[in-house]
Amino acid sequence: MPEATPPTRHTDAGDGTTHVVVVGAGMVTHRFVESLLTRADQSWRVTVIGEEGRHPYDRVGLTGFFSGATPEDLTLERRAFDDERVRFVPGDAAVRIDRAARRVTMRSGNSVAYDRLVLATGSYAAKLAVDGFGLEGCFVYRTLDDVNRLRSFVERRSAELGRPLTGTVIGGGLLGLEAAGALQGLDIDCTVVQSSDRLMSAQLDLAGGNALSRLIQSRDIRVRTNAVTTRLDPDRTGQVAGLEFRDGSYENTDVVVFTVGVRPRDELARNAEITTHPRGGVVIDAGCQTSDPRVLAIGEVANYDGMCVGLVAPGYAMAEVAATRLLGAEAQFPGYDLSTKLKLSGVDVASFGDAFGETPGALDVVYSDPVAGVYKKLVLSDDAQTLLGGILVGDASAYGSLRPLVGSALGGDPAAYLMPEGGVAAPTGDLPDEALVCSCNSVSAGSIRSAVHDEGCTDVAAVKACTKAGAACGSCVMMVKKIVGTELQKSGATLSNALCEHFDVSRRQLFDAVRVSGLTTFSAVIERFGRGRGCDICKPALASILSTLTGTHVLDGENATLQDTNDHVMANLQKDGSYSVVPRIPGGEITPDGLLAIGQVAKDFGLYTKITGGQRIDLFGARLEQLPDVWTRLVDAGFESGHAYGKSLRTVKSCVGSTWCRYGVQDSVGMAVQLELRYRGLRSPHKIKLGVSGCARECAEARGKDVGVIATEAGWNMYVGGNGGFTPRHAVLLAEGLSDAELLTAIDRFLMYYIFTADRLQRTAPWFEDLEGGLDGLRAVIFDDSLGICADLDAAMARHIEGYEDEWKATLQDPEKLRRFASFVNAPTTPDPSLAYVAERGQVRPATAAERESPVLIAGTVLEVRR
Amino acid sequence: MTLVDATPDQLAEHPGWVRVCALTDLEVERGRAALLGSTQLALFLLRDGHVHAVSNLDPYSDAHVISRGIVGTRQDAPSVASPMYKQVFDLRTGICMDTQGKDARSLRVWPATVSAGDVYVRWDAGA
Ligand code: SRM
Ligand SMILES: Cc1cc2nc3c(=O)[nH]c(=O)nc-3n(C[C@H](O)[C@H](O)[C@H](O)COP(=O)(O)OP(=O)(O)OC[C@H]3O[C@@H](n4cnc5c(N)ncnc54)[C@H](O)[C@@H]3O)c2cc1C
Ligand code: SF4
Ligand code: FES
Repeated sequence: MPEATPPTRHTDAGDGTTHVVVVGAGMVTHRFVESLLTRADQSWRVTVIGEEGRHPYDRVGLTGFFSGATPEDLTLERRAFDDERVRFVPGDAAVRIDRAARRVTMRSGNSVAYDRLVLATGSYAAKLAVDGFGLEGCFVYRTLDDVNRLRSFVERRSAELGRPLTGTVIGGGLLGLEAAGALQGLDIDCTVVQSSDRLMSAQLDLAGGNALSRLIQSRDIRVRTNAVTTRLDPDRTGQVAGLEFRDGSYENTDVVVFTVGVRPRDELARNAEITTHPRGGVVIDAGCQTSDPRVLAIGEVANYDGMCVGLVAPGYAMAEVAATRLLGAEAQFPGYDLSTKLKLSGVDVASFGDAFGETPGALDVVYSDPVAGVYKKLVLSDDAQTLLGGILVGDASAYGSLRPLVGSALGGDPAAYLMPEGGVAAPTGDLPDEALVCSCNSVSAGSIRSAVHDEGCTDVAAVKACTKAGAACGSCVMMVKKIVGTELQKSGATLSNALCEHFDVSRRQLFDAVRVSGLTTFSAVIERFGRGRGCDICKPALASILSTLTGTHVLDGENATLQDTNDHVMANLQKDGSYSVVPRIPGGEITPDGLLAIGQVAKDFGLYTKITGGQRIDLFGARLEQLPDVWTRLVDAGFESGHAYGKSLRTVKSCVGSTWCRYGVQDSVGMAVQLELRYRGLRSPHKIKLGVSGCARECAEARGKDVGVIATEAGWNMYVGGNGGFTPRHAVLLAEGLSDAELLTAIDRFLMYYIFTADRLQRTAPWFEDLEGGLDGLRAVIFDDSLGICADLDAAMARHIEGYEDEWKATLQDPEKLRRFASFVNAPTTPDPSLAYVAERGQVRPATAAERESPVLIAGTVLEVRR
Repeated sequence: MTLVDATPDQLAEHPGWVRVCALTDLEVERGRAALLGSTQLALFLLRDGHVHAVSNLDPYSDAHVISRGIVGTRQDAPSVASPMYKQVFDLRTGICMDTQGKDARSLRVWPATVSAGDVYVRWDAGA
């Protein structure tokens, strides 16, 4: 927005001040006041008249009230209204405007004179004009008072009736679905009634609406379309009890919420003969001015271009325009962006740009997977080059990256954007500067870039504070993050290396600090080098550091509280809250008896089994309280933890090698087993994988590993810094023709050097890329001891090898450690009742939401267990 | 809000208080799940002795795992990070303080208190 030029004064008071009166204290007023005062000088006075008797609050987040948000939590930033230039009159309403006298009169009888008047009165929530709409038990969903009353009614009514309630939401738009989610959260069996043929008809086409209906129904909210309500009936106590539809059908209900649309509160303006639109709303021009040059209107009450829009983003844009205009600068409301995303948990729906393809010649590209409940449509210009809009139902993950592209070239095959996740990477930070990234707060890619470069913001939180990008609905945050990341990388130097809000230093600095200070507990370290009580970032990082330096069990003492759930229960968390178990199978070599033992355990506990990409066997679906039993059996059969859960050594993959293979030149399996036993349990900044191939044909894919070993006639060749994953890299040759002993020493030092110095969650490949001196530098450290640290590295590795014990075996012998495997503190062996499985290809898998309701469910995980 | 050290008669005045477990069943700065009826709670004991009770259901993954998250602080708020997708919640209010780019969803909270070595949760608000 252009900088303010000297303000055009409208000061008839003669005292040099300009007095702005704002009617309505909603979200848009809040933004207006904030925007005006950050730019206005001391000569401005603002009076805000608010009927609700509350400081402006986050209406968009209103539904949060039902999941525990208090009115205080929803209150918007108080600073703006604390300004000494602002007078806030809560709990009073403006009832008359006298334009000739430039005075607003309030219900209390008080009045206030204005130089400029801003109308920001928002909307009424409408009720349907059918018989019985005013019965007790009928609500609208607009204000904190509304939801407060709704909740009290529901609590009282269900106590009165002694059963859960049945509820009806009339109106299947965005708000209706949100209200239905809220009712469900109150344990109400709920139906959404929509008079037209589909849900969210303002945003979705028929196919999208149908896909959404299926999704909503799979969440146990019933949907009735083409259902026009004709009457509401009371019971004997006068409270709502049923509703009748035009087709004659009838349904019982105990509570009704109307979400049938909003009506702009334009009565003040109409009575003062300011032009209003026949369909409602105070008519404004692009400068937010009404037919009276001294009166502006903003937010939902304003009618621009024949329309009033119930979204906060255009209201905020108007607030900025009005403030800028008052200060005498030029600004124009750019028109409405009707993009929306539904905020209902578990239901992904978004609609943006020209979603209905109304642009002449527009083309649709549609992807639909009814089984998965996904429907996606992109609308493109007639030459299929420019993105015009789209609809995403069931998977709206692309919303954040697609919406800013509206109006620009899509770049690439449009179909690729619609494929299930993982098809292609979403577009990255190459958006043009003018692309709108955050539409709630109208922040462009360019503003985010300048926040990084000119304002010194180094993370999303700072950019959010500075530009407000991401501060409303949050759907743009991922995109903001990407842009910030890209920009930081460009400027290199400004990248903050603080671990998190609790430690200002990087992992590497912290490692040195802990090593030098000799501290051995988290509490001591954070007291000395940090602040607060830590978080999910610094706690596991410190656990890893302490593990290298003190070598204690993951669950010893305070250590246990630092661990991510995987390390905490020594298994891998799965999507439904159960765990997977991976016994170590060094080098991928396993005896037939070992195979049988694993098979028997899987069978007895009903676990899904799969051969992993790391040459071992993963057993899925074990419950928390089953883990010790599963491991008792595995340990008895001679297995130990495979650390599939840890940031630690995973596997050493091998090929069959010279023992059997006609081309093999060395015993790759033997070497792989030796390496795996040497480094098992070694904790590190990220996971570590090794591979050993018996010849240059490389069947073990060793060059895709952090350390790859390839046999030659002359000895072992050692490669470092390879990985697969998101950015695959081949390992590079560090040394050739090593003997067994030389190889072990070289790997010991390489791994320890990495553990001492890498950043949190930095694998060897990116660590190696950043390493000073590159490959030659690394050789000098490892083979010529250029830093004089080889003795330290060797000693640390020796300590690890000597101190190794199987974590699981040790745990099974310690009743104190076993206590944490209780499923519930008051019911230690009761399985999580929410787990449910179905059969597929002869094994179990977690049931989908839809399957949980259907009779094909084979079990909670409570299958027969044979001991 | 969490009460600490309510007296037994204060509890008696509120018939809704339910004993869940002994304080010694909890581990400092770590969660434990509890089952009341068919509702799963996550209980957290902080260093200062406060006990917090929130829903064990992670609204972002629909799995009952909140009790297995890492406990810590965000600014001054005691917090827990869901072990699934790492959203961070304020233990006092259940409000999500770091949505990881997702829509805001919060955890249900229940008043919790410690009396004579036992942990109580107020359960009259309707399970
Ligand atoms: C089970 C397995 C897939 C399979 O069925 O084959 C698997 C499963 C998982 N992988 Fe993997 N990866 C598996 C082999 C691989 C491989 C292939 C290999 O090791 O040869 C790779 C590419 C090689 C590499 O690591 O460079 C691989 C690259 C990843 C990555 C990307 C790492 C990167 O640097 O970009 C992740 C993400 C991460 O670790 O942050 C990952 C993360 C995961 C996680 C831990 C995701 C999670 O947090 O839930 C999966 C957990 C499985 C579980 O619960 O047990 N997995 N993963 C394989 C287990 C091997 C084992 O026995 O331990
Ligand atoms: C549950 C819910 C969810 C929503 N979700 C979204 C969403 O996800 N995305 C989105 O973009 N939008 C959403 N909205 C819409 C959004 O909240 C509104 O567009 C926005 O609040 C409009 O702001 P406003 O200031 O124009 O009006 P309001 O916030 O309604 O404020 C107007 C205020 O003026 C007061 N007032 C009216 N007349 C007078 C008078 N004569 N004197 C004094 N005071 C008066 C009213 O009491 C009210 O407090 C949602 C709305 C609701 C109810
Ligand atoms: S590639 Fe790895 S992380 Fe991705 S789904 Fe497969 S196992 Fe999971
Ligand atoms: S788009 Fe809603 S906060 Fe950015």
